[in-house]
Amino acid sequence: MRKSPLLRGAVVSAAALLVLAACSTDDSVDDPAPDAGADPETSESADASADTEWFVQADFDEQDAQRSATFEGDDATPWLQYIDGPMTDTKKYATQEAQKVCFANASISNPWRQTGWITMNQQLKALQDSKVIGEMETRDAQDDDNTQIADIDYFIAEGNCDVFIISPNSTAAMTPAVERACETGKPVIVFDRGVNTDCYTSFIHPIGGYAWGIDTANFLSENLEEGDKVVALRILPGVDVLETRWAAAEKIFKDNGIDAVDYFTGADPSKIKQIISDELVKGDVKGIWMDAGDGAVAAIEAFEDAGVDLPVMTGEDEMSFLRKWEETGLTGLAPVYSNFQWRTTLLAVEKIVKGEAIPSEWVLPQVPITEDERADFLEENDGMPDGHYAKFGGEDLPGYPQVWQDRKIP
Amino acid sequence: MSTPVTTSTPAPARAAIPAHQRGLGGRLLAAILTPGGAVFVLAAVLLIATIQANPNFGDPGVVMLFLGRTAPIAIAAIGQYYVIVSGEFDLSMGAVIGTQVVLAGNMIGEDPDKVVPVTVLMLLVGAAVGFVNGVVTTLLRVPSFIVTLGMMLALGGLVSYLTGGAATGNPVDEFREIGRGRFENVPLVEFLPYPLLILVVLAIVASWLMRRPFGRNLLAVGDNPESAERSGTSVWWLKTRAFMISSLAASVSGILLVGYAGVHPSVGDGYEFTAITAVVLGGVLLGGGRGWVLSAAAGAIALELLFTLLTVKEVESTWRDTVQGVIIILAVAVAARGWQAGRRPRGSARQAPSTRIPTTPTPGTTNGDN
Repeated sequence: MRKSPLLRGAVVSAAALLVLAACSTDDSVDDPAPDAGADPETSESADASADTEWFVQADFDEQDAQRSATFEGDDATPWLQYIDGPMTDTKKYATQEAQKVCFANASISNPWRQTGWITMNQQLKALQDSKVIGEMETRDAQDDDNTQIADIDYFIAEGNCDVFIISPNSTAAMTPAVERACETGKPVIVFDRGVNTDCYTSFIHPIGGYAWGIDTANFLSENLEEGDKVVALRILPGVDVLETRWAAAEKIFKDNGIDAVDYFTGADPSKIKQIISDELVKGDVKGIWMDAGDGAVAAIEAFEDAGVDLPVMTGEDEMSFLRKWEETGLTGLAPVYSNFQWRTTLLAVEKIVKGEAIPSEWVLPQVPITEDERADFLEENDGMPDGHYAKFGGEDLPGYPQVWQDRKIP
Repeated sequence: MSTPVTTSTPAPARAAIPAHQRGLGGRLLAAILTPGGAVFVLAAVLLIATIQANPNFGDPGVVMLFLGRTAPIAIAAIGQYYVIVSGEFDLSMGAVIGTQVVLAGNMIGEDPDKVVPVTVLMLLVGAAVGFVNGVVTTLLRVPSFIVTLGMMLALGGLVSYLTGGAATGNPVDEFREIGRGRFENVPLVEFLPYPLLILVVLAIVASWLMRRPFGRNLLAVGDNPESAERSGTSVWWLKTRAFMISSLAASVSGILLVGYAGVHPSVGDGYEFTAITAVVLGGVLLGGGRGWVLSAAAGAIALELLFTLLTVKEVESTWRDTVQGVIIILAVAVAARGWQAGRRPRGSARQAPSTRIPTTPTPGTTNGDN
């Protein structure tokens, strides 16, 4: 007997269904369906009460407290403010000579980093005019750990550097390279993402990811009912400042009985839109939580396209979100991961050169933008492109506002 | 019985073309049993399964939203079909989409007057990319796999140079309307998204094109390039046009995606593989020569339906790539065999030798038919 054509035809259509069936089976094992109204205890992901790789209760508590801490310095220049703590003595570095700064940058592959990079370059111009810095050599690792390690080793061996500035690509991988830089005896400034060592002269960062997670998840929990669904849109896994945002938020959602489900989007607006439209078909989505504002507009548009009520939403202080927020009138909050830290880094070099003590861990203020403040920030940043960040803190620098408006990446 | 003498006598002498042998029902059944036809059944089954898993998906508005967002993928699959059926690959599709998206964002900006000239420019860029892909593949004889991979990297580099890897602002709403707009208050379906209409128009044009000498020759070239060349077909120009269609399709996808999603350098990532998966899922033979263009579009819809079903079933989205990989392998394996079923009357091929041996003793022959 020859094979029946029916059988062959069936094989074709069965093939894909087979794949489907295989995956559906895994479903029950890996992902205990975070259905609407499901018991929050059975929801996916790590148990937030115990410390995990990205959730350390002590850090959570510390940043929770820092949100209401008093900051030293002038409120008008938040980029110079810090929480009182141990200081690093820098007298031995005091010099009259213009310094050569070597900057190992993780990347400029998102609007937040691009805005900071522009601000940093304008701060550099100011410090070059005052002869504090002679030149800054920058190597961009393009989001690659190995490239950044090579960059740092190049700086150590042949950079002829007076000061190292490192914005680590990832925490664990960059630690040994930062330690090697420290061994040169030159000042080392780390900012934004952290490393697992404290050999640096100063580690500059806003309060941090937990504070972001606490601000945003509290806001959503206050504006939503128990059992409401929140879709969490996350950029990518494995970066401490992003992971802790979600870890803190997830814990608070769980404590408040909010049904939160998280997705990685790579900030791709088409993915974001697809995720939300699928979620909207499955059931009501009352809230959107984002670990970064990039793509917030696409998320809101998905609600518009589906013709349903807009969610309560937390985005970021990126102009695109602030504008869409105002235009739609949704209930929202713009958490801030203070972009002005990019200029703080160079101002720290100035202090080091002058021999002034600087905080060993320089914790900058991190204050979300509320609906009441939104209009002011929109007005102050009028004419800025969508990828610009409202709290960029460069208003007193040379080139303002033209340089930020043109947004030519240096 | 008297009049059809003239027509009935030649009939037994030479059988009709296999595809026309049976009645309409039989031909339809035969078509469904080929990989190219089965994908329509598959899409229908997946749609029913999705609606069953979540009845909300049966809502016409939801189906329209789904088809609207699937249109760019289906259009990309139609473009990829032309290249694959001619025996080549186009891996540069995703990068072309990314380039077009960034071009739209950077060049149109907030100026509605630039919509038309920039759209024309984008289509020209698309055609130029396809032309280069085609010429290098055919005249310089670099395998298309390498040419389009190189093109993908080159365009990817250009995009990161232009954007630094981050999103730029969205272009004016007038331009985005193409991919985001819709006709409201349409009976039965609530509304009709523009991208779906564009897909339908392009699908009609594509299937008409495949019935033209261009399409026939393209299939012939994919099936057997040597014989096609010897019979006087200009292989290089034929394949180059296929590459140009592919890049133009990617450009249209890009234009729709700017509207649907907005400007971001990652838009279009992975579209080349999604399009190839859709094409092979549509039963088109890798290596060329077999397959229907509408099946490629149906493959895209079936693939997206499958992903939607996985989402409805709460399967982690991380499984998506795995599913896609398995589908590519399975579909290629099945398609290679499947085309022998249904369309060809297996009877004639197999019965001929088996009947010949017993009926004709051919005494004295030692070599036989072997």
